[in-house]
Amino acid sequence: MAEVKAFDPRPWRLLSPALLAITMLVVVPMSFILVYSFYENIDLAVDKVTFQFGNWNELLTDSYYHNAIWKTFRLSVIVTVLAAVLGYIPAYFIANTQFRHKWVLLLLLILPFWVSFIIRTLSWIHILGNQGAINGMLQWLGITDQPLSMMYNEFAVLVGFIHVFLPYMILNVYVSLEGIDKNLDPAARTLGCTPWQAFREVTLPLSMPGLAAGSLLVFVLTAGSYVTPLILGGPGDFLFGNLIFDAVLSELNWPMGATLSFTLLFLLGVVVVIYSRFMGMSQLQKAFG
Amino acid sequence: MRAWGLIRIYTVAVYIFMFAPIAVVLLLAFNSSQFGGFPMEGFSLRWFYRLYENEAIVRAFKTSFLLGLLTALFATTLGVLASLALVRYKFRGKDWITTFLITPVLVPETVLAVGVLIFLRWLSIPRSFALLLLGHTVIALPFVVLVVQARLVGIKKEYEEAARSLGANPVQTFMQVTLPLLLPAVFAGALFAFTISFDNITATVFWRPSGSETVPTQIFAMLKTSVSPEINALGFVMIVITVGVPLMAGGLARYFSRKK
Repeated sequence: MAEVKAFDPRPWRLLSPALLAITMLVVVPMSFILVYSFYENIDLAVDKVTFQFGNWNELLTDSYYHNAIWKTFRLSVIVTVLAAVLGYIPAYFIANTQFRHKWVLLLLLILPFWVSFIIRTLSWIHILGNQGAINGMLQWLGITDQPLSMMYNEFAVLVGFIHVFLPYMILNVYVSLEGIDKNLDPAARTLGCTPWQAFREVTLPLSMPGLAAGSLLVFVLTAGSYVTPLILGGPGDFLFGNLIFDAVLSELNWPMGATLSFTLLFLLGVVVVIYSRFMGMSQLQKAFG
Repeated sequence: MRAWGLIRIYTVAVYIFMFAPIAVVLLLAFNSSQFGGFPMEGFSLRWFYRLYENEAIVRAFKTSFLLGLLTALFATTLGVLASLALVRYKFRGKDWITTFLITPVLVPETVLAVGVLIFLRWLSIPRSFALLLLGHTVIALPFVVLVVQARLVGIKKEYEEAARSLGANPVQTFMQVTLPLLLPAVFAGALFAFTISFDNITATVFWRPSGSETVPTQIFAMLKTSVSPEINALGFVMIVITVGVPLMAGGLARYFSRKK
């Protein structure tokens, strides 16, 4: 009886709308993906309710899919590493600068989040395209007379991804650099470290949580995309997400779309689990705040 | 220090990398040339008139606005209620619930979109505006919860207890004490939700009812031919809305808090 009395329904009443929404729109649909992956696609948008492994068999044996998984993995790793390399130094600068209006630098980091993703992505057509800024400049200077082809290839996709996801990386690294005790670096220096040693042995390890959280975010966001390759890439530049897009919206093959979706969810789930084994989930929650 | 000088130059270069392309879109919106790219031929506002005359774009704008406003309303309501539970009550399984509230962020949007569609297909419910609204609400919810929760932790429980001991009922306490104190966070959360919805394309492409477009999906469809100057003008308008409004709101908030 005491247990019954101890139960307070009030927090659950407050939580119930949010929990219901997430259950109905995230949890239940995710299980439906799994169920649907065993259905059979007979014709355009016509599915047969069965339990068969045809879709999974196709996924596991057809090298077209393996190729796409490998491509996605490779591109996501490249984007993540480049974002980490490009983003660490500005984060370090913001964390350590004596500049009085530091908030301006931070505000400028948040600003890109408010600029529409599709606008930021297509803006690269104006930079790299045949009528873009770089080609315009080169021709104006007389260096080239034909426009250089820099668009609709993997390079453009890469640049587009980094441009969009870099602020996530910088913010995460910044938050963790800002949390480091400012006396540690001088202490290491007093004990005989060179500036580079002090950075490598003290600052860098202590900023690892932020770097890891930023990397996870960038990796997962890149691996789940399909819009950027469609806008900036050529016909050969597709990610796993594009296969899902094609299966569901072009071929109307829902069971295959479900199989591919579940695979992507599973693979990225594995990445998140590996991450949380090493870093825990708390840093990630901080990252979103 | 030479190293510091290099770091500074590098940082400036990264900031230029982040903002130059955006600046180019803003600039090209005023290009009088009939092509979307360089060179600049002259200053003109005609592409903005064209936007205004383009019925499809105006319709997409209306859809996006309504969707954004309703998403903000829904996500903020759910988010505030959930945050109250998480911050003001002790109960079993709280950590678990906190993680659960963040799950929509951890699921790739493409997968989330397909999953919801398949579920609806199973229920034989066609795509609709309501689907977009509920979907956007769930995508925005985790962000609202985090913003509101962070603020709520900073509001002392004593204020609410004082109100209660003076005879206010829980609803009165919330409306007259907690909510006014929480208002900046509610506003920030709502703005956040609006921007997330207004900007969303990944899931929206899957969820939109056939024939109905939001601004991002409209741009996406227009891009299939080429970058028309209208897209640049549209980009300009979108940037002014999604960047200008929060900046102005933030500026006003600072102005008023200083006045006090």
